[in-house]
Amino acid sequence: MSEFVKRVDLIFGEYSDQKYKTLEKIVSRPNDDIIKDILDSGLRGRGGAGFPTAMKWKFAMEQPGDEKYVICNADEGEPGTFKDREILTQVPRKVFAGMAICGKVIGAKKGYIYLRGEYHYLLPGLLKEIDVYNTFAKELGIDFAIEIRMGSGAYICGEESALFESMEGKRGEPRNKPPYPTVSGYLNKPTVINNVETFVNVLMICRIGPVKYKKLGTRDSRGSKVFSVSGDTPIAGIYELELGMPLEKFVEEFGDGDTKAVQVGGASGFCVPRKKFKDTIIGFEGVPTGGSMMIFNSSRSMYNVLHNYLDFFEEESCGQCTPCRVGCQQLRKGIEAIKSGDKPVTYLDQLIKLSETMKITAKCGLGQSVANSFSSIVTNFKEEMIY
Amino acid sequence: MTNGINFKIDGIDLTVDEGTTILTAARKANIQIPTLCYHEDLCVAGNCRVCVVEQKGSKHLVPSCAMPVSEGMEIYTNTGKVRLARKHILELLLSEHNADCTKCYKNGNCELQYLASEMLTGEPMFIDLVPDKKYTIDKHNKAIIKDDSRCIRCQRCVRTCEELQSVSAFDVAYRGKHMKISTFFEHPLFEVVCTNCGQCVNRCPTGALIERNYIDKVWDAIYDTTKHVVVQTAPAVRVALGESLGMPAGKIVTGKMVAALKRLGFDSVLDTDFTADLTIIEEGHELLSRLKKALVDKDPSVALPMATSCSPGWIKFIEHTFPEYLPNLSTCKSPQQMFGALVKTYYAKKRNLDPKNIVSVSIMPCTAKKFEANRPEMRSSGYTDVDYVLTTRELGIMIRQAGLDFESLPDEHYDSFMGASTGAGVIFGTTGGVMEAALRTVYEIVTGREVPFEGLNITPVRGTEGEVREASILIKKTLPEWSFLEGIELKCVVANGLAYAKKVMQSVKDGTGNYHFIEIMACPGGCLGGGGQPIPTNHEIRSKRKTAIYEEDMGMPIRKSHENPDVVEIYQEFLGKPLGHKSHELLHTHYTPRKRY
Ligand SMILES: Cc1cc2nc3c(=O)[nH]c(=O)nc-3n(C[C@H](O)[C@H](O)[C@H](O)COP(=O)(O)O)c2cc1C
Ligand code: SF4
Ligand code: SF4
Ligand code: SF4
Ligand code: SF4
Ligand code: FES
Repeated sequence: MSEFVKRVDLIFGEYSDQKYKTLEKIVSRPNDDIIKDILDSGLRGRGGAGFPTAMKWKFAMEQPGDEKYVICNADEGEPGTFKDREILTQVPRKVFAGMAICGKVIGAKKGYIYLRGEYHYLLPGLLKEIDVYNTFAKELGIDFAIEIRMGSGAYICGEESALFESMEGKRGEPRNKPPYPTVSGYLNKPTVINNVETFVNVLMICRIGPVKYKKLGTRDSRGSKVFSVSGDTPIAGIYELELGMPLEKFVEEFGDGDTKAVQVGGASGFCVPRKKFKDTIIGFEGVPTGGSMMIFNSSRSMYNVLHNYLDFFEEESCGQCTPCRVGCQQLRKGIEAIKSGDKPVTYLDQLIKLSETMKITAKCGLGQSVANSFSSIVTNFKEEMIY
Repeated sequence: MTNGINFKIDGIDLTVDEGTTILTAARKANIQIPTLCYHEDLCVAGNCRVCVVEQKGSKHLVPSCAMPVSEGMEIYTNTGKVRLARKHILELLLSEHNADCTKCYKNGNCELQYLASEMLTGEPMFIDLVPDKKYTIDKHNKAIIKDDSRCIRCQRCVRTCEELQSVSAFDVAYRGKHMKISTFFEHPLFEVVCTNCGQCVNRCPTGALIERNYIDKVWDAIYDTTKHVVVQTAPAVRVALGESLGMPAGKIVTGKMVAALKRLGFDSVLDTDFTADLTIIEEGHELLSRLKKALVDKDPSVALPMATSCSPGWIKFIEHTFPEYLPNLSTCKSPQQMFGALVKTYYAKKRNLDPKNIVSVSIMPCTAKKFEANRPEMRSSGYTDVDYVLTTRELGIMIRQAGLDFESLPDEHYDSFMGASTGAGVIFGTTGGVMEAALRTVYEIVTGREVPFEGLNITPVRGTEGEVREASILIKKTLPEWSFLEGIELKCVVANGLAYAKKVMQSVKDGTGNYHFIEIMACPGGCLGGGGQPIPTNHEIRSKRKTAIYEEDMGMPIRKSHENPDVVEIYQEFLGKPLGHKSHELLHTHYTPRKRY
């Protein structure tokens, strides 16, 4: 194994706090100290967008009122991602503890886990664990209860504002921003929504301290990351690795020796071709990822890969905004027309421009990120699009 | 006091209130930004994205309709980046759109078309997606047609129906490329809770929601020499028709409208005001008789409060939503239907015409009246009481088709009889008007004196948009036969827009609303904001129409329904007395409970 691919045991390891004893200690600290630790750690959200967690919590903390919410985003709908499921199965108490810290810091009494509909089989185990948590919380005098809400099976409901709509019993359509969730989220109350893994990171930062935590990763990408590795790899699965490693090393470790491209960050992420492995860092300074790493070897048609993604977006877009609803259809139709010769190759440039428009005009992250995979695949594998 | 927000738009320094959107601020600075999903009356959706502008320092463009201005912001509305994005978005919409404008009812009055002409769309930029779509057209309804192939999914209709009308007949169904505006399980509109109010039609920016038009049928009737074609015009039409013909909002065009109708070839041009006044007499007596039954006879079965029944959108709403309160509705038909029933009886007799040769047409600010005219119970003359209902917009089209220069037409007068109007009839066109007209008459019946308000203007009941207006009027020194009303405070409530109607009914239901008389108009602002009125209609335009209506009232020599000479005459010659046998036969109706979805 290469020295760069350092496997880490931060998220899944050290799981001894059966009675939430460390949580008791953490929540007795002043809020500002906790926020400062998270700020110092450099932690950025693990749900994909990478927003600095400390800032998010601080905004919510500063909001007036005592009805606030903490939501754990476990919708995990990004194709090729399955790490949140694993975290919730292996170390649910770490997730709950992270949420409780958040509740205490921002002044929320209620937390929800928005669980992907397809993960209903995790429910019995999770409910049991939540009972345990709620009992201990009461004993320890922590005024923060946790509940589970089941998702509705739509990818878009993982987008935070659509998730709130869905929790409120409405159609899962993203809202206008501003206002941001920290000002007006679930039930239009200040809300912190974080990914499952983000909450575990917070707990671990509070436990080991920011100094030790910062030893992992690079300047812009601190800490470890749980990756879901899939595709043409002999060792598909879940791996916790340090952030900030060169993609080349990753491929050496996980590829099958014939890797042509890696799709980093799922359908909404970027496709990196072989010639760029060397100069690409996995992390916020390079290609960010919510965890999905899909490896393609030379037997794969990148046209088919892109076509699949576009099919996915065309169906999974909520359909409300023009650039995304119609743009996705046009991109898919467009590459088909170029392939069949109905449209000239120059039409590809028009499609790239369209995807740029989608990026800067779509209402939410879904439509905005279609351009990521579209232009990275189309520009790097242009011949495959034509012939 | 909050300080203003300072920002820059296209190089112009502006200070606006906190919370103002870029769009609103831009309009203040006379900078036009195109919009499609935005509508002044509705909450912001931010889904069409044609209003995007550039914000200095932001990679993404921002939707001007949804983005509040912030301190120091610099906005550019007309950069190359903005232009390309707008063009792309418009082209995307058009690629999903069945854009055969020459076959479209909205041709010439369509926001999408206007934008396309402004942006000079030429050859389509993208692939035509229409052949892939299995668009449906719902043309089963008598009032409204819904054509999905012309829908741009802006959700104005969904928001209108939910926010303004609390009916929620429309919802968004499916996701992604299949996303569409749908009714309950995609049933046709006539099978669901839709009230036909047409508020959605009035706000649809395209030809996806339109009224069913009867223009050609009316022309056919006019050209048919064996037919005698009678037309009645509703109060709210005269303050809005001008807008359809290029005049500014708030112009009273009664005389020109009458002149135009005569030139179009109608045999007799009459005024719905006449039956509005008649409604007041019948409804006023009905209210008094209910009060008497309740107070004197102590009859527990009498339904109070009594609610007005002249707004057919409201009727269908209550039939669906509060069917248990149908007995509380006045049994009076709407003025339109009273008129229709009388045209083919009283009018036919007096003019010596065979009712089967009479075609009765009405010009209404309303689409629900199209549905109403088609109700099976509306045949009390032995014929269809009203044959064709045209909206204000349709009349505008006919006038243009006939090549009339509307603005230069000399004023003409309604034909008599059934053409006499009063101020009371005119104010039927605005929220609170029926209440005011009824009080002017009822108070005088009971006390023998005029209502104690200066200039007969009962301002406390003049409704306003966006509120439920409560008022009461103390009855003192009654005539002897009405002594049971001595000292009674007559409690009234006025609401416009079905969302507010729902509030009133809920308060009646839970006992917090204690009233004798309820006036409801289904549309925001009352009929002057009706679904059949010229497009656009918004708060500002409605206010102008409202001012015009009260102006018209003030200018009328007669302002009380019971003094309308044609009304006095019809009771003498034909009806006998209010609530009499003939009235019941021709002027009153009954209602049908309906399903809740
Ligand atoms: C279409 C779409 C789907 C998303 N799905 C998820 C998801 O399944 N899980 C998740 O944590 N974040 C998801 N996000 C990101 C969330 O909107 C939000 O940014 C995230 O939950 C914030 O958590 P973090 O700050 O801890 O990363 C999605 C975003 C978009 C646009
Ligand atoms: S970008 Fe796509 S998913 Fe997001 S709001 Fe627009 S249509 Fe819906
Ligand atoms: S809706 Fe507008 S753009 Fe579409 S066909 Fe009709 S007039 Fe033309
Ligand atoms: S029917 Fe009209 S108002 Fe409704 S979404 Fe379609 S275009 Fe918009
Ligand atoms: S006509 Fe009125 S009730 Fe019917 S869908 Fe339109 S807004 Fe709703
Ligand atoms: S008008 Fe602003 S997004 Fe539609």
